[in-house]
Amino acid sequence: MDALISQYIDPYYLRILMLIGINIILALGLNLITGVTGQLSMGHAGFMSIGAYTSAILSMQMGSPFFLSLLAGAMAAAFFGFLIGIPTLRLEGDYLAMVTIGFAEIIRVFFLNFEPGGKAVGLSGIPQNTTFLLVWTLVIIIIILNAKLLNSRIGRAFYAIRENEIAAEASGINSTRLKVLAFTAGASLAGLGGGLYAHYMYFIRPQDFAFMKSIELLNMVVLGGMGSIPGTILGSVILTLLPEMLRIVAEYRLLFYGALLVILMIFRPNGLLGDVRVYDIKKKLQGKKVGLWQSSN
Amino acid sequence: MIWQQLLNGLTLGSTYALIALGYTMVYGIIQLINFAHGEIYMIGAFVGLFLVVNTGLNIGVALLGAMAFCMVLGMLVELIAYRPLRGRASRLSGIISAIGVSIFLSTLMVLIAQTNTRRYPDIFNIQTFQVGTLQVSSLQVIILVVATLLMIGLQLLVQKTRVGKAMRACSQDLEAAYLMGINVNRIISFTFAIGSALAAAGGVMVGIYYNAVWPYMGTMAGLKAFAAAILGGIGSIPGAMIGGLTLGVLEILGVAFLSSSYKDAIAFGILILVLIIRPQGIMGQKITKKV
Repeated sequence: MDALISQYIDPYYLRILMLIGINIILALGLNLITGVTGQLSMGHAGFMSIGAYTSAILSMQMGSPFFLSLLAGAMAAAFFGFLIGIPTLRLEGDYLAMVTIGFAEIIRVFFLNFEPGGKAVGLSGIPQNTTFLLVWTLVIIIIILNAKLLNSRIGRAFYAIRENEIAAEASGINSTRLKVLAFTAGASLAGLGGGLYAHYMYFIRPQDFAFMKSIELLNMVVLGGMGSIPGTILGSVILTLLPEMLRIVAEYRLLFYGALLVILMIFRPNGLLGDVRVYDIKKKLQGKKVGLWQSSN
Repeated sequence: MIWQQLLNGLTLGSTYALIALGYTMVYGIIQLINFAHGEIYMIGAFVGLFLVVNTGLNIGVALLGAMAFCMVLGMLVELIAYRPLRGRASRLSGIISAIGVSIFLSTLMVLIAQTNTRRYPDIFNIQTFQVGTLQVSSLQVIILVVATLLMIGLQLLVQKTRVGKAMRACSQDLEAAYLMGINVNRIISFTFAIGSALAAAGGVMVGIYYNAVWPYMGTMAGLKAFAAAILGGIGSIPGAMIGGLTLGVLEILGVAFLSSSYKDAIAFGILILVLIIRPQGIMGQKITKKV
C-alpha cells in the first residue's frame, strides 16, 4: 500500500501530507490542554522533543522495535506532562504559560548537553519507519478518540473548567485531577507526534524543538478555533501549507507569515472555526438550533 | 569573587529589568503578553548602532534617538496589531497577533541587516577601575547609572504626574477609567511608547556591553525579561525591577558556580521553583477568585 502511494504521489506532496498528519496529532494534543481545558501551554515542543529523543534513542541504540519506541516516547512525554500538570494546581493563566515555556527551554538545554542525544549536533540516522499509512491511520484513530472524549463526561468537564473553574468545581468537578489528566493526555500525543517526526525526518536536533516550534503549534490551535477538533485540523493544514505556499516569495516568506497571523487574528479573532464542534454541525444540518458558546477568555 | 559576580549580575539584571518594565506595564493595563517586545529591544539596539556608525553621533544622542524611534514603533505596533482586537477577542488572539508582529519584525531586520553579528565601533574609552578586589569597568557603571536614572524617572512619571495617575487608573479598571473621562486609547498608546523606549535603551546598552547586535537577539532576551516580569509579579512596576535584578544575579551566580552550558536552563529553573513556592511572584498581589 505504501509502495503504491509513493508511486503515485509526488515525493514533495507526500512529504507535506506526512507533515500535515504529524502536525494534526501534535496540535490535537495541545488542543486538549489549551483549547479545551483552557490551560495556556507554550511549551508543547518540549513534550514533542521528549517523545522524539526517547523513541529515537531506543530505536538506534537499544534496537527496540518501532512500535515499542513510539509507545515509550509517548509514555515518557506523558510522564512529564503529568509532572508539569501538577503546578497547574496553583498557577494560573500567564504564570502557567511561563512555567511551560521555562520547562520546554530547560528540556532543550538538557538535550543540548545530553551525550547519548548527540548534544548540539543532534541525532542522525534514525530508521525511517514512519509511513504514510501509519501516520494517517493514527490521525484517524486519534480524531475519533478525541471526539469521543470531548463528548463524554470528562470532555464536558474539560470545557466547564475552561469556561468557569469555580462554577465547574461547584458542580462537583474535580478540576485538579482533570487538569492534570488533560496535561498528561495532551503530552502523550505530543510524544507520539515527536516519535513519528523523528522516525520520518531521519534527523533531529535540539533547536528543532525550540520556542518557535511550540508557538507554531499554538498558532494551529488558536488559528483554527480554540477547543474545536475540525478547527484544530484546519489550523494544522493551513499552517503547514502556508510556509510551503509562501515559498514563491522566497526570503520574504516569514515576513508574510507574520503579517498573515496578525491579519487573520484581526478578521477572525476567535479562530476560523471558533468552538465549532462536529456534534453541533450535525445538529445544524438536521435543522435544529444549537447554542455555540463563545470563549470568553 | 562573589562580589565580582554580584556586580556582573546586577549589570545584566538591570538590562533585564528595563525590558521587563515594558512587559509589565502593558500587561498591567491590557493583560496582553506583548511577545513583540523583545523585537523592539533588538531594533533599538540596531537603531543605536546605525546612528553611531552612519552618522557619527555621540552615543548618548544615539541612545535617545533609538529610544525615540522605538517609541514610535511601539505605538505603531499597538495601533495596527493590538487595537483592532481589543474588546472583541480572547486574550490568546492578542498573544498570537503579538507573535505575528515578532516574526514580522525579526524577519524584516534579517532582510535589512542580514543575520551576521554586528559590533559597536570601538569609540568608547572603556576603563577598568580596581575597587578593593573588585574589577569595575566604566561601562558597567554607565549601564547601572543609566538604568537607575530611567527607573527613577519612570517611578516619578507613574506616581507624580497626571498621565501617570491615568495609567494607574487604567491598570486598576479600564472601564471605570474610561467612564471617568480618561482617553483610554491614548493612555495605552503612551504605555507602549514608554515601555518601548525603555526596551530600546536596554538594547543599546546590551549591544555595547556584550559587543554584539544581531536580528535574533530579541527572542531569548524577551523570554528572560518576561520571566523577570513574572518572577517579580506581573503588572507590578517595582516587581519588574526586582525580578530583573534577581534573575540577572542568580543567572550569573549559576553560571559561575554550576555550569555555563546550562546558562539558560538555570534562569528558567529558578523561575519555576519560585513560582511553585510563591505562585503570584515576588511582589504580585494574591488574586482572590470571586464568583
